Amino acid sequence: MDLLYKIFINPFVEMIDGPIFFAEVIISGVLVGAMYSMVALGFVLIFKASGVFNFAQGALVLFAALTLVGLLELGFNLWVALVFTMGVMVLLAFLVERFMLRPLVNQEPIILFMATIGLNFALEGAGQIAWGSDVKKLDVGIPNQTFEIGGILLNSFDLWAAASGAILVVVLALFFHKTFIGRALRAVADDHQAAQSVGIPLKTIWVIVWSVAGLVALVAGIMWGSKSGVQFSLSLIALKALPVLILGGFTSVPGAIVGGLIIGVGEKVAEIYWGPLVGGAIENWFAYILALAFLLFRPQGLFGEVIIERV
Amino acid sequence: MIYRETGQFKSSYVSDQAIFPLSQDRWMVFSVMGVAFFVVPFVASEYWLQAVLIPFLVFSMATIGLNLLTGYAGQVSLGTGAFMAVGAYITYKITTNIPDIPILVVFLLAGLVAAGVGIIFGLPSLRIKGFYLAVATLAAQFFITWLFNKVGWFYNNNPSGTIIAPPRTMFGIMITGPEATAETRYLVGLAFVTFFALLAKNLVRGRIGRAWMAIRDMDIAAELMGIRPLQTKLLAFAISSFYCGLAGAMMVFLWLGSGETETFALDVSFQVLFMVIIGGLGSILGSFLGAAFITILPILLTNAPPMVGIVMPIALSKHLEEIIFGCLIIYFLVVEPNGLARLWQIAKEKLRRWPFPY
Repeated sequence: MDLLYKIFINPFVEMIDGPIFFAEVIISGVLVGAMYSMVALGFVLIFKASGVFNFAQGALVLFAALTLVGLLELGFNLWVALVFTMGVMVLLAFLVERFMLRPLVNQEPIILFMATIGLNFALEGAGQIAWGSDVKKLDVGIPNQTFEIGGILLNSFDLWAAASGAILVVVLALFFHKTFIGRALRAVADDHQAAQSVGIPLKTIWVIVWSVAGLVALVAGIMWGSKSGVQFSLSLIALKALPVLILGGFTSVPGAIVGGLIIGVGEKVAEIYWGPLVGGAIENWFAYILALAFLLFRPQGLFGEVIIERV
Repeated sequence: MIYRETGQFKSSYVSDQAIFPLSQDRWMVFSVMGVAFFVVPFVASEYWLQAVLIPFLVFSMATIGLNLLTGYAGQVSLGTGAFMAVGAYITYKITTNIPDIPILVVFLLAGLVAAGVGIIFGLPSLRIKGFYLAVATLAAQFFITWLFNKVGWFYNNNPSGTIIAPPRTMFGIMITGPEATAETRYLVGLAFVTFFALLAKNLVRGRIGRAWMAIRDMDIAAELMGIRPLQTKLLAFAISSFYCGLAGAMMVFLWLGSGETETFALDVSFQVLFMVIIGGLGSILGSFLGAAFITILPILLTNAPPMVGIVMPIALSKHLEEIIFGCLIIYFLVVEPNGLARLWQIAKEKLRRWPFPY
């Protein structure tokens, strides 16, 4: 009885008793969720355009952040370093397309998935050899102060992160819907063969989409890097983005955003109100269970394409 | 020439349905088994047994398990590490509380518990498919390792949180624990792997295996043909988890001697999946080849540079290993996406005509 009370009543009482604290929890969840979404976006872009489940997205984030920090440490100007890192990510996209995607075209999805895990190893190793494996501080001049609005404590850094996430989504949406290349990308995502038959070069599209995913990874890397330092564990962010993905659907950009917010808020609320009951540290798996519960009702995620099967 | 089947007549259904219908195959398997059982324990050094052969056996077991699920039944799982952890922790729990049960029976019991856990985490597979399922099985991975970390009951509340293989004997021979010799542990592991590999081989060519393959190739069509997806998929999860649980128990009790949840982290799941893919999806022989390849490759990468006289800082060589490992995986997938088992098949075709190709 006591246990049931602790599970079903006590947390809600706490929520109502401390509305300001509850609001803070929700807001911090939303902000963290926005940052998960940024990582998940990279997955969605690549999955949409090439059907590859890119496990290496986390390693891409790490690699981008490490490259940027490394260049800054060498004494480059921030903007020069940024442009240079973008160049590196585009070059990486070229290499991936040439040496991984092109030879593996038309293979089973699981083979491509395995190849991206291989890429994951290679990138983690390469990034750390080139730039060292100790924790580095990344400071790109985002203000980091706490202030209060209506009694709720906020952190300006988190707001900046959420804002840049929002800008990223808007830019991507414009890019996808208003530009020629964006239209080509959507065509490829819709139907490879049809796109190819109207003259869209698939190889170029793959390079572009991996470059875009690399740039998204760079933004995510800057945000996560300045929040928690640039280090190996950054590549584990990918594991946080996976439940976001299955919750939102592999093929949906809005899904990645909404999924990220749901996971971010759910995780924080669960950790703070229910976590102590089971000894804490439930953040690692709670997101997966939450996503799994959603999947039981919608197997393709919230916004994913409905899977139609024919015999 | 070598693989020539001409002249090998079958005069009974029994011989027609033999596991290895070609006498060449049969003799090769027998001789490999003979060497493994009667020569290796006397020849191999402690280092070889402990660093190469026993891990190979452990991972072969896990790889066969995952191959049954992923290669035959078509359900991608990233929760192998978790199921192995169930096997190891339950073995520990049973054998420390009831020391009278023979340890090998405990292994099997733990395997059964792992099978039960596998069924629970296999339930979503009825609704979810493909990569959605793969990510969903990560829930098992994270939840189970968290559970074994947090709930002291599983490791008898000892302060270190690790499980340590207690000394256990069977027929008067020390099988687990610090005093068990590497040779004994190797032989026990080998016996287990041999038995269960044969079982798996028979399973996949019988009714159950064919049902799995039908589900893998197209589940709706299979359902129309009268195969029940519910039972078939859950059976695949159960049997696969049984093998994985057994592999986990072997890992702690026959190989490492102690274990914690970190031993069964996500990396292990990926490693086993690599073995399945590199070896060849849907092939028991491939499971062994893949396990051998991925077990030996890192050892080779670690030991090769010092052998040719290159000395590197440890951090550098570790990262370099990662890069080479990753690139080799990609290279390998590009060259032969169907795995080592397919290479062996091609080699057999060639050997048939050798040395007189058309």
